[in-house]
Amino acid sequence: MADFSPDIRAFCCHYTAQQLCAEGVEQRRQDGLPDNVVIHRVPCTGKLMVSTLLAAFEDGADGVYVVGCPEDRCHNLMGSRRAAKRVGAVRAALAELAVEPERIAMFHLERGFHPEFVQAAQEMVSRVAALGPSPFKGGSR
Amino acid sequence: MIIAQRKPIPEILGMVAPYRRVLLLGCRGCVSVCSAGGDREVEILASLLRLGRQKAGQELAVVEAALVRQCDREYVESVDRWDGQYDAILSMACGVGVNFLANLLPMTPVYPAVNTTFYGGSAEQGVWTEQCAGCGNCILHLTGGLCPMARCAKSLQNGPCGGSVGGRCEIHPSVPCIWQLIHDRLERLGRKEQLLAIAPIRDWSAAGHAGPRTLVRDDLTL
Repeated sequence: MADFSPDIRAFCCHYTAQQLCAEGVEQRRQDGLPDNVVIHRVPCTGKLMVSTLLAAFEDGADGVYVVGCPEDRCHNLMGSRRAAKRVGAVRAALAELAVEPERIAMFHLERGFHPEFVQAAQEMVSRVAALGPSPFKGGSR
Repeated sequence: MIIAQRKPIPEILGMVAPYRRVLLLGCRGCVSVCSAGGDREVEILASLLRLGRQKAGQELAVVEAALVRQCDREYVESVDRWDGQYDAILSMACGVGVNFLANLLPMTPVYPAVNTTFYGGSAEQGVWTEQCAGCGNCILHLTGGLCPMARCAKSLQNGPCGGSVGGRCEIHPSVPCIWQLIHDRLERLGRKEQLLAIAPIRDWSAAGHAGPRTLVRDDLTL
């Protein structure tokens, strides 16, 4: 398991991720964003569907997380709260399937680049690395 | 509308365990409105079923579809278009839809993906409450429009029972006593004397206690 590098998919609000995305791959690496985190920028996390998050697992993700605005300062008012509810629905569904709910998480972060954005990515990588490969990939066969 | 709720995923996976190809059939009627079995829920459940099977090291092909309604023969018959593409049907409609499919397809296994729960309304976003019991003999004209058959824990026709405390039901203290609400409403409407009339013993045969009910409208039949 020591050499396991989890496949992590991040769905980020445009406003939270825009500065980081503007920096380019090399700068992001220097900032400390792990290479195995793939960022999908969305106009608003409130637009994310439960099925989109599940599709990431079907596509082979070991872990998924969503980064949206602070709950009370969402650019689109209720978007990040909606996203958090949908993340909660996926957590519940993973639990029903006897899969660790910690494989998906919601982070509410301020807009623009800041260390917490990188920390969230590092936290998910380390959390999912500890859990091991996704059982949906046949790890539990 | 009819309110339903998706069954637990392990229960559904158990139903479809013998099959490799499943038609997951949503309904765009009531279960769509209460977010239990419409197009969106079909998409989510299909994904969860595939993930569940993948976890067990098996594959499941899911044909995702939804009908306008599963409680009308004209729509249910269109299920023929997926003929040969599945081993069993998993219906996300209410129990009526499941029955209709089973009636129409005698050789096809049909399974329910939701628990059909009650006739209700949307109290607020994400909250539904039972409002009608479908008892077939409506007395709402006598009770200020509030239904004791559905909303009284004892379905009393002559209420209140005497057990309510502070206007709350003694069986479910979180629920207002419907007879208290009926009393207050009739008083507001100046019709309180209506409560003095004793409702006769009810004929429950209209409520389905005499077997399945059928309604025939001669003006509509062809």
